[in-house]
Amino acid sequence: MTKPEHLTVISGVGQSDVGRRLFRDPLELTLDACVAAIEDAGLTTADIDGISTYPGPGGQPPGFSGAGAVEVHDALRLNLGWWSGGIERPSQLGAVVDACLAVAFGLARHVLCFRSVFEGSAQGQGGRAAVMPGGGSGRSVPRASGFQEWVLPFGAPSAAPWIALMAQRHFHEFGTTPEQLGQIAVNARRNAALNPQAIYTDTMTIDDYLASRVISSPLRLFDCDVPCDGGTAVIVSHVDTIPDLRKAPVRIEALGTALYGRPSWDQFDDLTTMGLRDAATQMWSRTDMKPSDVDVAEMYDGFSFIALCWLEAMGFCGKGEAGAFLEGGRNIAIDGGVLPLNTNGGQLSSGRLHGFGFMHEACVQLWGEGGARQVAGDPEVAVACAGGGPMGGAFLLTRSR
Amino acid sequence: MSDAPFRILPEITDRNRPFWTAGRDGVLRFQRCQQCGYWIHPHGPMCPQCLAKDIAYEAVSGRATVHTFTVNEQAWMPVPELPFVLAIVAFPEQDGLRLTTVITGCAVDDVFIGMPVTVAFEAHEDEEIWLPMFTPEVAR
Repeated sequence: MTKPEHLTVISGVGQSDVGRRLFRDPLELTLDACVAAIEDAGLTTADIDGISTYPGPGGQPPGFSGAGAVEVHDALRLNLGWWSGGIERPSQLGAVVDACLAVAFGLARHVLCFRSVFEGSAQGQGGRAAVMPGGGSGRSVPRASGFQEWVLPFGAPSAAPWIALMAQRHFHEFGTTPEQLGQIAVNARRNAALNPQAIYTDTMTIDDYLASRVISSPLRLFDCDVPCDGGTAVIVSHVDTIPDLRKAPVRIEALGTALYGRPSWDQFDDLTTMGLRDAATQMWSRTDMKPSDVDVAEMYDGFSFIALCWLEAMGFCGKGEAGAFLEGGRNIAIDGGVLPLNTNGGQLSSGRLHGFGFMHEACVQLWGEGGARQVAGDPEVAVACAGGGPMGGAFLLTRSR
Repeated sequence: MSDAPFRILPEITDRNRPFWTAGRDGVLRFQRCQQCGYWIHPHGPMCPQCLAKDIAYEAVSGRATVHTFTVNEQAWMPVPELPFVLAIVAFPEQDGLRLTTVITGCAVDDVFIGMPVTVAFEAHEDEEIWLPMFTPEVAR
């Protein structure tokens, strides 16, 4: 029996303009990405019969969603066999997982998956506080409920201190150092300089990193990704449509969505790995491939520590050994590293496109379209994953042979 | 008029009221299954272990250890002190029973993982809410 993953392929990817603050219509940015992906696949809007998106329309925090499924559906006058949009799923890339399920199930043949943000413009000149509850004043905020009941009363509305708590525990248990963690930020900046779409391209040394101000110990400013404006789209197609496509598609070898522990930022059993452990474990259980087969890794770095967690969760190094793996940064460098990481600059330096950027870049690398940042040697196998805390979604992708 | 510092306070419901008002008499309380003894946090309508609905709030010792912490320097929202120590504390009553909280009553640099702490409520009496903060045990 054919593995369900093998019924699905990535046929095209697209991205809008990306910038720190573009002050553009977020629906327009979203559609720019969608049209680019459809054209990349060699398809037309008439071929698209499915939509999947994260997190769905509008709402809080400001700029978090550029458009929902319904807006894009109507803007492109699509005829859909299946559609879905929502936030409760195994990471942002859970939207792509759902598309794979719909295609494998026969509900659609070409699913347009997208994620767009305008957090940079929404923030304006007000800084991060401007997108916190109550616009930083907190005064007009209603009472805290849901998960917020357990963090807002304690002055922690941002994921930065939540992730910092996990990083501190990792440092404590395994002796991980700021110099080791900082290599993820330094590597991202080095790669961003090779990416024309990147936001921050000035050289950053490890000393620059260590000199950046502490946000919430042990996390510094350069451990936090950069809010931006932009959209990313990915087309998931049925394997039977390959003759209709413009280019040989990226194959999906395995995916992972598991969350075996509690869905909680503070009650999860092991704060040093979080839900990423489960998504990665499930992904590897669905393939004969091994971590050593992976040529390039595009792994969520909303905070640098999350990418460190993914290194361990994916088995690219042992549990607790990511610090040693990152020492000096050579292992993750595009130029000769054993595992080139976040080759487009990640969210840390190329902007918080929120999960979808990793899928986009993994496909770009497998298609050999990376330009100055292309990993040498025609990479054949890539990991793309997203999510942090109690949620993770993971893809193992391969180049068509 | 209360001199309580500004906080975004929890929305109080019949289910969580005993937790957020526990500080009135200085005793921390969590939900506990009356059938199997499992401590339930966050609160819920049913025991996640044995699915019984026979649940009541019971006192814990109020002692905990710092499982992890962060010195938060960034002003995300109005807070009484900056920097402050945000922590996850673990309770001896049950493996994995934890609370995200603020460590008070010591210098931010004095907090360490494994530090014994004890509950020290921040009263918001006008709102009938007591926030369970924690302070080093030796400092009391």
